[in-house]
Amino acid sequence: MLHFSRVKMIAILLACLVSMMFALPNLFTKEQLASWPRFLPSKQMPLGLDLQGGAHLLLAMDTEELRREWLQTLRDDARRTLRDAKIFPTGVGIAGNQVQVRLAKPEEADAAIRELRKLIQPLGSAMLGTSGEDLTITRGGDGTILIAPSAQGLQQRVIHAAGAAIETVNRRINALGTAESTVVRQGADRILVQYPGLTDTKVLKDLLGQTAKLSFHEVHPTMTAEEARQGRVPSGYRVFAASERGDEQGVSYLLRETPVVPGENLVDAQPGFDQRTNEPIISFRFDQAGARRFGRFTQEHVGRPFAIVLDDKVLSAPVIREPILGGSGQISGSFTVETANTLAVQLRSGALPVKLTIAEERTVGPSLGADSIEAGKLASFVGAGISMIMVIVAYGTFGVFAVIGLIMNGTMVVALMSAAGTTLTLPGIAGLVLTVGMAVDSNVIIYERIREELRAGKSAVSAIDAGFTRAITTILDSQLTTLAAAIIMFWLGSGPIRGFAVTLTIGIFTSIFTAVTVTRLLIALWLRGERAKAGRIAVPI
Amino acid sequence: MRFVPHFKGYDFFPHGTHINFMRFRDICFWGSIAAIVISIGLFLGMGLNYGVDFKGGSMLEVQTKSGEAADIQAIRGKLGGLGLGDVQIQAFGTSNDVLIRIESQPGGEEAQQVAMRTVIDALGDGYVQRRVEVVGPAVSAELRRTGILAVAAAIMAIMAYVWFRFEWQFAVGTLLSLAHDVLVVVGVFAFFQLEFDLGIVAALLTILGYSVNDTVVVSDRIRENLRKYKRMDLGELLNLSINETLSRTILTGVTTIVVLIALFIFGGSVMRYFTFAMLLGVLVGTYSSIFIAAPVLEYLGVKRETVTGEKAAASARS
Repeated sequence: MLHFSRVKMIAILLACLVSMMFALPNLFTKEQLASWPRFLPSKQMPLGLDLQGGAHLLLAMDTEELRREWLQTLRDDARRTLRDAKIFPTGVGIAGNQVQVRLAKPEEADAAIRELRKLIQPLGSAMLGTSGEDLTITRGGDGTILIAPSAQGLQQRVIHAAGAAIETVNRRINALGTAESTVVRQGADRILVQYPGLTDTKVLKDLLGQTAKLSFHEVHPTMTAEEARQGRVPSGYRVFAASERGDEQGVSYLLRETPVVPGENLVDAQPGFDQRTNEPIISFRFDQAGARRFGRFTQEHVGRPFAIVLDDKVLSAPVIREPILGGSGQISGSFTVETANTLAVQLRSGALPVKLTIAEERTVGPSLGADSIEAGKLASFVGAGISMIMVIVAYGTFGVFAVIGLIMNGTMVVALMSAAGTTLTLPGIAGLVLTVGMAVDSNVIIYERIREELRAGKSAVSAIDAGFTRAITTILDSQLTTLAAAIIMFWLGSGPIRGFAVTLTIGIFTSIFTAVTVTRLLIALWLRGERAKAGRIAVPI
Repeated sequence: MRFVPHFKGYDFFPHGTHINFMRFRDICFWGSIAAIVISIGLFLGMGLNYGVDFKGGSMLEVQTKSGEAADIQAIRGKLGGLGLGDVQIQAFGTSNDVLIRIESQPGGEEAQQVAMRTVIDALGDGYVQRRVEVVGPAVSAELRRTGILAVAAAIMAIMAYVWFRFEWQFAVGTLLSLAHDVLVVVGVFAFFQLEFDLGIVAALLTILGYSVNDTVVVSDRIRENLRKYKRMDLGELLNLSINETLSRTILTGVTTIVVLIALFIFGGSVMRYFTFAMLLGVLVGTYSSIFIAAPVLEYLGVKRETVTGEKAAASARS
């Protein structure tokens, strides 16, 4: 146990040296590091939002809305498909979680099912051996056909929507500035936004709180919303309420459901001011296809109103005075400078596929973060300092060796975290401090064992040897059980628990290494020196 | 190694002690069972004072901009009439720091955000936000579920490991002592109505790690002594093993406690409950490995043939 080959010795020393190099940048400021020579590692431990201050927002997608929208699309598609095939059902509607088609002639059922099956899209990939379909089409009772979305189909839609939402969220956040924000998916239907250095999250929340689906609709030429509500809403039309922020609150409009130009055709939106009224407005520009369609529509509808709809609410319904052929225009709607800015950013970055709600928010101000760092530093130094003094008092010279091992342990944890880019959080600091406390345990187990062997009358060399040999199984057993707890913390835990688990896990590995390797090497070297001297070796423990 | 001064350490602890731990076996065993029952009773009867993580709702820490002491009465006046249900306002950390808690609002995720906005607007310009935590009902339910799952899974994983490395009797002792540690800490938190949040769950998991660490060190020695003294009475042997490892139990315990006290005093107010739970857990954990895990072995009995036979052969091979 006490013999080290030259190669092994060099390897251990090298490991220590390398970790010191990787840990070193954390002692300097970012500015100082910038002037370092290239070949030196200059990565610092990234600080968690609780230490540097910032906002953590967990956004949840409204999957219910996604399902509802899908059913609506399915209903429209089914209607159109059957019409194209010259099959005329008496009704196509949404019933619960499926679309119900009621046929006029039951004998057409087979033909109808054949047509409707065209709507089915395959899922998964043949290469991966996964397959399935996004819809199931079955025959219901008394001449009906049921189209039901499958669970996997919905799941895939959620995944696609999440991907699209992340892109949009990213674009909107980037408009805020150049902070190192991250946007990642969490689970199937959640998006985690981390934005360092932001204290008041109002702007951020406003930006993300709106789907911002903009579209331009034709207003029903003769019928008003009131009349439609009392009688029957004509097919293809729908009643839309006016936006709360517009002038005409409480008013509703009867609009054609399919927009003249959907929001996807928008290429640019900028906040500005109306030249006459000096009111904040948003000027926008369509792409070519949008411009062409909008131009044709305005040409044909001069003198009639059209509606600008944002998230299913009518922003304004101006009257077309002359054809708008240039593909650009402006929206007014009682904006403030602030809301005009926000909406312009939202329009530029595209609509969110689904509404996002904030499921969790954790924001830490920079002052609290700085206080936490200071408190963490102080606690670490005091805690580690006292435990080191205790070890030296209890174990003398060997205690000094143990302390060198402990310092090396701390250095290695910091080095590994810096190199791997593992975030240091406030609970992480607690984990770090606790690791030091628990690393002491390995040394205590070894040294108490050596003392026992010495009391049993063994010679210095064999007592030390036996101490290490016997203690190692105990150390491994005790540390591996702690590791089990740490891994479960990481697996099941969220946020703060994870940060703690990560440092604890790294600390367990490094503490085993330093206690049984670094300290052992020091003792072996010491023993070599003692053997060179004449006389009996007295163990300073 | 010439630069290292030669000096002997101070051996704090008397060695070769013969404290008869097994004499307290029955008192401790039933005492521990009573502690477990009382803790469960407290947990069920009084319930835990869950933080926003588990209960949902919002928490806001603000500091006066002027640096003067915060006027809690004035804040109470401003926020009392907002119709947000239970709004708790308390001093926190320094005198210019205030912690405001708003209970979970009916109406899902968005209602929490609206409530938080209302409070921030009502507070006005005199305060700067230090910390905002808003947890919606979906997330809090999830955190509750995974929190319980994490503690249960950790106990199971540790038990499986001990079973694998030792005998099933050791695993039973470990399970009992771990359950004891967790439940007693939970009981204390219920009794004093201390805030129970995610951090405390992390503390519970660490306590499990620490406690099993202690148990394993003692168990290791018991196993070793079972091989060494084949004819010794089991109670005597357990006593001997506990006594032999006593110095390490105390020294490690004291170092860990010292580190935790440093964290408690200097670690800032955010982590105070966490460190308190840890402190409590280290004390309880040390107790349980001596007075629960070991005595259970005497109740259950350990078959020496298996311990001395198979495992000895296994260790001889390695």
